[in-house]
Amino acid sequence: MSKPLLEVKGLTKAFGGVIAVSEVDFHLNEGEIVAVIGPNGAGKTTLFNMITGVLPPTSGQVFFDGKEVTGNQPYQIAKAGITRTFQNLQVFENMSVIENVMTGVHCRLKTGFLQAGLRLMGVKREEQQAFDVAMSCLEKVGIADLAFEAAEVLPYGNQRLLEIARASASSPKLILLDEPMAGLNPQESRQLVDIIKKKREEGMSFLFVEHDMETVMGISDRIVVIDYGKKIAEGTPAEIYENEKVIAAYLGTEEEEEAI
Amino acid sequence: MELTSQFIQLIFSGLTIGSIYALVAIGFVITYNITGVLNFAQGDFAMLGAMLAITFVSMDMPMGLGIILSIGIVVLVGGIFERTAIYPARNASLPTLIIITLGVAIAIRGFAILIWGTQPRSLPPFTENNPINVLNAVLLPQSIWAVGISLVSLIAMHYFFNKTFIGKAVTACVVNRSAARLMGIKPEWMSFISIAVSAGLGAIAGIIIAPISGATYEMGLMIGMKAFVAAVIGGLTNAPAAIIGAFMIGILESFTEGLWTSGYKDAISFALLLIVLFFMPNGLFAKASGKRV
Amino acid sequence: MNHSKVSELYNRHYGGLFLFIAALVIVPFVANSFLLSVLILVGLYGIVTTGLTMLMGYAGQISLGHAAFYGIGAYASAVMTGTYGMPGIVGILVGVAFAGTVAVLIGIPTLKLKENYLALATLGFGIIIFTFFKELKEITGGLNGFFGIPSFNLFGFAFDTDLKFYFLIWALLIVGILFSKNIIDSRVGRALRSIHGSDVAANSIGVNIQQYKLKVFVLSAVYASVAGSLYAHYVTFINPNLFTAMESITFLIMVVIGGSANIWGGMIGAIVYVLLNELLKEVVPMFFPNVGGEFQIVFFGILLVAILIYMPQGLAPTLGKVWRRLAGRKNKKAAVTGPPNADATVGGSKS
Repeated sequence: MSKPLLEVKGLTKAFGGVIAVSEVDFHLNEGEIVAVIGPNGAGKTTLFNMITGVLPPTSGQVFFDGKEVTGNQPYQIAKAGITRTFQNLQVFENMSVIENVMTGVHCRLKTGFLQAGLRLMGVKREEQQAFDVAMSCLEKVGIADLAFEAAEVLPYGNQRLLEIARASASSPKLILLDEPMAGLNPQESRQLVDIIKKKREEGMSFLFVEHDMETVMGISDRIVVIDYGKKIAEGTPAEIYENEKVIAAYLGTEEEEEAI
Repeated sequence: MELTSQFIQLIFSGLTIGSIYALVAIGFVITYNITGVLNFAQGDFAMLGAMLAITFVSMDMPMGLGIILSIGIVVLVGGIFERTAIYPARNASLPTLIIITLGVAIAIRGFAILIWGTQPRSLPPFTENNPINVLNAVLLPQSIWAVGISLVSLIAMHYFFNKTFIGKAVTACVVNRSAARLMGIKPEWMSFISIAVSAGLGAIAGIIIAPISGATYEMGLMIGMKAFVAAVIGGLTNAPAAIIGAFMIGILESFTEGLWTSGYKDAISFALLLIVLFFMPNGLFAKASGKRV
Repeated sequence: MNHSKVSELYNRHYGGLFLFIAALVIVPFVANSFLLSVLILVGLYGIVTTGLTMLMGYAGQISLGHAAFYGIGAYASAVMTGTYGMPGIVGILVGVAFAGTVAVLIGIPTLKLKENYLALATLGFGIIIFTFFKELKEITGGLNGFFGIPSFNLFGFAFDTDLKFYFLIWALLIVGILFSKNIIDSRVGRALRSIHGSDVAANSIGVNIQQYKLKVFVLSAVYASVAGSLYAHYVTFINPNLFTAMESITFLIMVVIGGSANIWGGMIGAIVYVLLNELLKEVVPMFFPNVGGEFQIVFFGILLVAILIYMPQGLAPTLGKVWRRLAGRKNKKAAVTGPPNADATVGGSKS
């Protein structure tokens, strides 16, 4: 096996006295699709936020592509090659669809204030480049025909696709998807699964949090299970399906839910 | 001995001005807790209160009546302001709401110019204003009125928010909006009440300062800004801390003015504001934060 | 219709602009001297508000302290040319350097703050700078003001009449707007707007938001400083009361009236504000004979609130529609907001 693309070692986050994520280790190889699952409040989003630099970890390390990125700022992590989507959508509502994705190309371009202001040579070329990349990203998620619409008028499902197009515009090595299926109808979900599979064939890797078990079992190469901030299991979908700890954790929550 | 009396003198004037800032600062805290907006018109309620009281007194109305009437009118103005400017924009972005309160602030200021002109006016002291000698320092009865009235008002606020039904409803909204709604409390009205009450507090502040330093149409800006500093020192959501902040600013100002320079007085208060914002965004007393209203 | 070229994205046709410039050239020859002086004021304000529009409308960062940068430019030019007899350009450059440095120093900590706190911090900063104008009496003349600022002189050419000054200011304003427009229609502009749209998402795709906020803050400070320098040369007398918090708020009013999400909004706001201001000064005393001072602010306060509630995009989009109808342009970009050459972006395609 080659070196893993993403490696998380002993990652821990404490908010005051509450430990949200505790000593989590896992890795992701190039070209893999890994799912992180667990009951609500298990610490999945906190884990994502630490990997993407939104929250600094209390302890532990994150390695990406052979380099340590622990505690880097989100924009630095994006430059290193990890982008993400958001559970509660974060499209730029003050822009058109294509501009959203062109903003995603940001790291691959160089134009600064002065070059842009004076419209020096190269700006036009970069604009064309950003536009072409963005257009092809939109085509891949199937909403190229909406390129010139205002992003805010897009229906929910299309905004999700837009976020994926934007996250893939900088050709990152790894995309983190935070509950990508939430709020999608079955048809949209299938469409999204196809897109993810196709992108993986192009060499992109995915780490995602998801509650929809059908999707998780269907597309993951491996699954990491988290409960109360701790990793309780890791393995292929088949292994996880039969893991007793996992079943207990999930049944446990169901009981709690019923109690409420 | 000379030094001691000057020291006491400066403490007196610091407490006097601090009590004014405290009233306005509490208004900020109440409004901020309920609406999430810093009301830039808060200081102008003080100006409006002062100007109205001066007008009523100059019409030979008994002072007590004039004062109460002025406070009542300002409370009404606060309520109208909330219904016409804040409520219709309640779903707008925060910067928009901030600019709206600024717009109201300058509208009130302009209105004051139209009615009262630009000349400074003053209100007679509430009682005979013969200086009292305390350890060689001079204390004016109006200062005692200022500190006393503001303390009484603050205690009344405490009572209102913790003991009365409406007050408790407002407090409940701060803690949990949706739970409050389930209890049959309409959060929309809480915004109305909080701004009206804050306007009244502002009016009281303006009326008690008017006999000491006079009143002009533009006095609201500085009072408002200083009270902002006080509220921010207190962490913006914590009423008791804001009161402490207000007295700190008052004393800091009187000492700067008395011992060094009056010119840089404002710069020093605002430098303190920036320092607190940059380094202690949750206020000086972040750890000790107690109740929110 | 099939959009497939990047040229479809931003409206970069200059037909409207040429017409506008033609009008600007003709106006001073038909205007009287009063109108000319009013238009010079519009141009000066327009330079400030264009910079402020970049900061507020596009990057979404509020500032209640830009009068400070306007004042820094004015005093830098006053002192350099008035006290030390330096050429006008030196005054402008010193002002730009000073304002830029102050913007960096104050911007680094301030721009980490959000909304309420950012508004407060910039307001406080403005008042601190105002206090320095007032108290550094040996340099600024304090409240008595600074007299005898010479007229602006560029490489031997003196802008000593209102007509010459008019062309200088408006040429600079148009250049300033085009420079800003070029920035907006590029990677940098999208980065700025992405901060406004969602700073979390902007950060997650590689936009260094602190750096972009700082750079646009400095840019807007530089615009304000240059305008301040030229203002000092134009009026030849300045005092600290020209650079109060109220002046900062006045800039803000212009930006909001014009439409903060439109690069022409700042200029439109300046035109509307100045003309309305002059009109009110004429009309109101007919009803309130004894009125004095800045009574007009009552109207601007109400106007500000009304626009934010009922027309949050400002006047620019409406004027843009009227313009396109007049120009008889094809309905190709019917939904696009904005006046001539304005952005084809914000809230576009809504209809």
